[in-house]
Amino acid sequence: MTNKPKKVDIIFSPYSVAPYKILKDTMKRTKEEIIAELISSGLRGRGGAGFPTGMKWKFAAEQKSSVKYVICNADEGEPGTFKDRKLLVEVPRKVISGMAICAWVTGATEGFIYLRREYKYLVNELQKEIDLFKVHSKEVGLNFNLQIFLGAGAYVCGEETALLESMEGKRGEPRNKPPYPIQDGFLGKPTVVNNVETFASASMVCRIGATEYKKFGTADQRGSKLFSISGDSPKEGVFELELGMSVEAFAAEFGDGDTKAVQVGGVAGFCVPRKDFAKAIIGDGNTTGGSTMIFNSSRSMYKVLHNYLDFYAEESCGQCTPCRIGCQQLLKGIEAVKKGEKPAEYLDQLLKLSESMRLTSKCGLGQSVTNSFSSIVTNFREEMIY
Amino acid sequence: MADTKELITTLAKKHGVERKSLLPILQGIVEKENFLSKDSMLEVAKVLDISAAEVYGTASFFSFLDTKERGQYVVRVCKSMTCDMKGKEEILATIESVLKIKIGETTQDKKFSLLETNCLGLCDEGPAMLINDDYFVKLTPEKIREIFGRYIRNEI
Repeated sequence: MTNKPKKVDIIFSPYSVAPYKILKDTMKRTKEEIIAELISSGLRGRGGAGFPTGMKWKFAAEQKSSVKYVICNADEGEPGTFKDRKLLVEVPRKVISGMAICAWVTGATEGFIYLRREYKYLVNELQKEIDLFKVHSKEVGLNFNLQIFLGAGAYVCGEETALLESMEGKRGEPRNKPPYPIQDGFLGKPTVVNNVETFASASMVCRIGATEYKKFGTADQRGSKLFSISGDSPKEGVFELELGMSVEAFAAEFGDGDTKAVQVGGVAGFCVPRKDFAKAIIGDGNTTGGSTMIFNSSRSMYKVLHNYLDFYAEESCGQCTPCRIGCQQLLKGIEAVKKGEKPAEYLDQLLKLSESMRLTSKCGLGQSVTNSFSSIVTNFREEMIY
Repeated sequence: MADTKELITTLAKKHGVERKSLLPILQGIVEKENFLSKDSMLEVAKVLDISAAEVYGTASFFSFLDTKERGQYVVRVCKSMTCDMKGKEEILATIESVLKIKIGETTQDKKFSLLETNCLGLCDEGPAMLINDDYFVKLTPEKIREIFGRYIRNEI
């Protein structure tokens, strides 16, 4: 018997308290109080990396600089992910109010929503929201100039430093870290880069308080989380769920009764096979970008992996060798095994290669290839060969 | 070329001539001319006072900054896993037969170019595609014929 995933209604709750009222009320408290509240809430970044949000804002607030930036990362490119689009369409004010609170707390005066090029059709409505925000921010006396920056189509620009490079008019190649953007970000100034959902969640923490917020989730991952669900599911869409459910409960609720594997955390995440459904917990050690793709028995996991590797090979920025060459070699490698040009044991060498990529790639793109690669190759080995 | 020069001057006035203006300027050119010609990239390099290689290097990095000539309407069919599962191949084949071109090609009248693209973020409504900035979801061969019929008859 599996427990049903717990649905939560925080982020998508209607505007019963207007988001700009949250901003106004928040600005009556001290900045230290807000940061302490965020840290206590346990909120982690919702883009996938999971850095504690309150800590990021605290470090940014401590930077001594007359110019600081707040950037909302809406470069949602992970296959299987569409939650940020839904947030920007349905509750844009919560996102903008979260950015405004961040600007006030950290002392930033300039802000950008970095919108992926594929979502250009959202620009007009979003601009209207920004214009509305300008009226409210004037009323509460907040000096924060917010605008949209349109991306140009590159998955790697979801990585925060690659995003900054592209904003500076360069190829979207990740920078070495440290220094981190909070010290040396856009045009060399302290910059907070957070995911769309993180800003909306931060604004909700300010509204309901840390005590209430941390009642949801696990010790590791507090609060609610948006999940983009697609694939062999009769219930595709975006759902706000409590973290900490087992994949078994998830598949029982969202699968079609014949679920063979669940991809947790997008192509950069893990592919959980049926035999591990009960022990795999979503949000505990797993990546939590929120993309979950469901595959049933009719799907070839070789085809799934091939599609992922094709994606990686195309989207690798090419700057570092392990990622650039590694992605191509993994793709060629599984093709060779499938065709019988290489023996089945060759898969073990490919697993070692993917592990080297994890250890030596410069950014999260190359480092995460091994997650889906090794979980599919290990659990569905026979499908890779025959 | 005179038009391109004028366009770039206007874009530079709007966005500035700093390096950070590069992407908005290139996007502005693509919006008007469907792609970045060699001449336009050379002109941007001149206006921003950076090397042409830097302009080309940046432009060729991004999938929406085409450096190859494209048609008036650029069709981008999503090839990510979930769209694939829902019949992307059949959709592509239908578009190819309607437009009589293959992936990567442009129709002779320069009206359509057909491309594949990575995730469009419409995974719950696949198969999906973009035609310039407009999105179309839950595609079927019938829908494809109807949509392209409207474009061909200039109803969109």
